[in-house]
Amino acid sequence: MENIEKQQARETSVLKRRAFIKYAGASAGVAALVITGCDEDDTPANDNGVDLGSGDTGILNYAYALEQLEAAFYTAVTGNAAFSTIFSAEEQVILTDIRDHEIAHREFLKAALMGNAIGDLEVDFSSVNFADRASVLSTAKTFEDLGVAAYNGAGNLLEDVNLLLVAGKIVSVEARHAAAIRDLLNPKSADFAGNEVVDAMGLDGAKMPVEVLTAADPFIKTKVNGNNLPTE
Amino acid sequence: MNLNKIIDLLDLEKIDQDEVKTFAGRRGFFKKAGDFSIKAALATLPVALTFMPRTVKAQSTAIADVLNFALTLEYLEDEFYKMGLNASGLIPSSDRAIFAQISQHETAHVAFLKSALGGNAVSKPTFDFTAGGAFSTAFTNYQTFLALSQSFEDAGVRAYKGQAGNLITDNNTLKAALQIHSVEARHASEVRRLRAKVASMNIKGWITGKEANGAPDAIYAGEENITHAGASLNSISSLGSVSANAKTEAFDEPLSKEQILAIVDPFIV
Repeated sequence: MENIEKQQARETSVLKRRAFIKYAGASAGVAALVITGCDEDDTPANDNGVDLGSGDTGILNYAYALEQLEAAFYTAVTGNAAFSTIFSAEEQVILTDIRDHEIAHREFLKAALMGNAIGDLEVDFSSVNFADRASVLSTAKTFEDLGVAAYNGAGNLLEDVNLLLVAGKIVSVEARHAAAIRDLLNPKSADFAGNEVVDAMGLDGAKMPVEVLTAADPFIKTKVNGNNLPTE
Repeated sequence: MNLNKIIDLLDLEKIDQDEVKTFAGRRGFFKKAGDFSIKAALATLPVALTFMPRTVKAQSTAIADVLNFALTLEYLEDEFYKMGLNASGLIPSSDRAIFAQISQHETAHVAFLKSALGGNAVSKPTFDFTAGGAFSTAFTNYQTFLALSQSFEDAGVRAYKGQAGNLITDNNTLKAALQIHSVEARHASEVRRLRAKVASMNIKGWITGKEANGAPDAIYAGEENITHAGASLNSISSLGSVSANAKTEAFDEPLSKEQILAIVDPFIV
């Protein structure tokens, strides 16, 4: 009985917190509408680059930066003239779906950040040959695995349990993408969850922001500064 | 077996031998059906409990509860794939690499969680993958096996997601749980796409709406949700070009421990 009471108390406090977030979220939608079109100038860019910020806001901006990168990549993939010739019908559906998922992630995070969202990042896909299936898929693999490891490593850094849940809702979709892309590259093999990404204990990658930003750096022209992000 | 009772017993501070006897007795009362299961219960439960320390700190009890819940699900997946790989003629040779890899991970997850729990780990329940006959061809019909595999993987993803918040005070455990969570999602994606081809069904690696595709509906209940942290995706004007289906696919949803236990209950003797 004691246990049940404790649990009820816990649930009550979670509900209260959730109600608060709901209230904040309602105004987030309105704020997002108001700032549309002018937020690119909100973030002062100086020699240190675009500051992602600190605390949970910093982590959300970090995720927002990665989702911007992914969404821009798949938009370029599906918008390329070669898209319908180098990919099968099934592959086209998969890549178009992933593009839309990444856009949903990007726009959701931007709205959740309200006025604190960083501006639009300028991307650099000069290393990708968008007319080449293998080049596109191997880049997609890099981005999806990196996204999974980024969210897995950032969970610890979040303070708000509601934001942790949102990150959890997104990361498993990134992992679904990663498996699908890997399977397209090497069908029906162990690669969808290959030993180079899942270790001997059955654990997927988890990377700290500094590692992830370094890995993403060649694909982002805008200088991004994660120096104020939480580290524990 | 009513798994809730096992989980109740995992509140380590409450455990005493009288309760164990009462529980075993009650269990025997409810489960007259098979001598075997009564014996199994008497044999396994007290053994598991003997190794549990009488008192642990309140916080680590909550963490152990989560880990034992996860361990129970991993036991189920681990045994399911071992039996599937051992069933002759079930998995075509073209698909064995996929299930060998999944099986390897589930075995590793069991070992990892048992190691993390030490003496507090629950013992493996007795499973019935036919769920009392509902899936009587679990290991003789590949399509049934695939439907169950999809069910367990998608349910596993939701189970871990639902527990993340309970681990927020324990950084190392949270990190490991997230690392298992995304592996289950990789499995789910692969199995769903494989099943789409084998069964000629329209199933994607991601979950559209609450479409269960013949798996138990409870596993997909609420997956159609598009409101996250209080904000609806439909209120974001810049998402006008994204379809309703893609909006549901883009975010996976959690399930509570109680919801997951209700889903796996038919598979536990």
